[in-house]
Amino acid sequence: MTRPANAITRYTTLNRVNHWINAGLFILLVLSGLSMFHPILFFLSGLFGGGQWARAAHPWFGVLLVISWIGMIIQFWRANLPSKDDIAWSKAIVHVVANDDEHVPPIGRNNSGQKLVFWSMTLLIPVLFVTGLLIWEVYFGEATSIPVQRVAVLIHSLAAISAILVWVVHVYAAIWIRDSVRSMTQGYVTPGWAWHHHRKWFYQLAASRRVSKTTPRKNP
Amino acid sequence: MSDLQSQDYVRRSATTMTPPAARSHEDQVAKLIDVSRCIGCKACQSACMEWNDLRPEIGHFEGSYENPMDLGPSVWTLMKFAEYENEQGNLEWLIRKDGCMHCEDPGCLKACPAPGAIVQYANGIVDFISDKCIGCGYCVKGCPFDIPRISKTDHKSYKCTLCSDRVSVGLEPACVKACPTGAIMFGSKTDMTNWAGERIEDLKSRGFEKAGLYDPPEVGGTHVMYVLHHADKPSLYSGLPDKPRISPVVEVWKGILKPLAVIGIAMAAVGAFFHWTTIGPNEVTDEDEAEAARVLREKEEEST
Repeated sequence: MTRPANAITRYTTLNRVNHWINAGLFILLVLSGLSMFHPILFFLSGLFGGGQWARAAHPWFGVLLVISWIGMIIQFWRANLPSKDDIAWSKAIVHVVANDDEHVPPIGRNNSGQKLVFWSMTLLIPVLFVTGLLIWEVYFGEATSIPVQRVAVLIHSLAAISAILVWVVHVYAAIWIRDSVRSMTQGYVTPGWAWHHHRKWFYQLAASRRVSKTTPRKNP
Repeated sequence: MSDLQSQDYVRRSATTMTPPAARSHEDQVAKLIDVSRCIGCKACQSACMEWNDLRPEIGHFEGSYENPMDLGPSVWTLMKFAEYENEQGNLEWLIRKDGCMHCEDPGCLKACPAPGAIVQYANGIVDFISDKCIGCGYCVKGCPFDIPRISKTDHKSYKCTLCSDRVSVGLEPACVKACPTGAIMFGSKTDMTNWAGERIEDLKSRGFEKAGLYDPPEVGGTHVMYVLHHADKPSLYSGLPDKPRISPVVEVWKGILKPLAVIGIAMAAVGAFFHWTTIGPNEVTDEDEAEAARVLREKEEEST
């Protein structure tokens, strides 16, 4: 693909492939799951070939998502470890939201919002997986008592709604922070982008000479 | 007594609009099971299989009169046998015909996510419209009586229909027809309640002081009622719930959470859209690029 000469790699090919497998599965889960959650959204089951198909496919998408998310954890956990910058950045959240970046403290590879998305999903996906197994009628319908399944389905719904809200924030943030989407589709950002949004990360890269002003880097 | 058509639904699962109800001027029906007159012959069980063409798999003897040991997708009614030693030290054999209670406020219908898969007719019968069932098992979680069973073959939920097909042409349910002792009666709910009153009076006169009618108000009453000699302790009868109610967990899940969640998600999306149109995108400027280039130049000079 065409990259500017000074492009900085933000997400490797593996990062991106894993992310989009994850995104695809998540969307399939949201659509099939919501079809079974509220009657006004039941029509979404048509996308899967009807209610029986949506019901049957949903748990399998979930199993695949868990596998995919393990890949995400392996690749991204380190970049999402909390740092002391998170406190300062979080305190400046009003300025962040207002695009008032002069009052936002410099941060590393990920900001606290991105870390929150990562850790929320890392918490919610296992919760959804376990509660999902308990209510997977075909295989585990008789494995636990009905009162346990009632609680499981309520927790499953609550966790799903939380995950969808996190996802809405995640998607909008990607649109709002211009060129973030390109970093996940084509893998690169410009030095100005890194300077503007993740200055400490930019300085780290500059110091380790992993980014050069002139020499183009091969797409990893 | 009933039309039992798509025009006399009073409740319809996963439906936010009023179901078609133009033909809903009907008597409420009820089946009355007088436990004190039941001899445990299982004629009702056989009649149910016969009329509904149900053939459960033949199992094994489990050391109990109960056969099979549980309700199933092909076992819609089941005689349950309980041995109870009363205060006088005497054995009482409490036999109860188990099956769908046809709640006035059905938990299965409340929990069902498939539009029209569970309906309640104006006469009170709760029926599963199986071609609309998606096999999720939510009705199992909604039911306070542990009645619906999901078939492993077709992934559909099944339970007693109160022989809605027979009732619609003026016949009584098959189990009622077959009962040799008159322990199972069928008619309007008013008539059945009155008849139960007479039976209870009789039982009381014969020493069953706690005899009474089981028509639990927690689920709005039921269209299958029991005359019990120990109405103060329904759980003696093979675990008939003392105070059946739709679980509060199900009420939250299918009550407040549903609209709140949809509104919450929609508001998040709308909020994001208006952030975009008021505050707008956060873009990288030429100055940012120039600053970044300057830093990189400096670093490169340092290193050479």
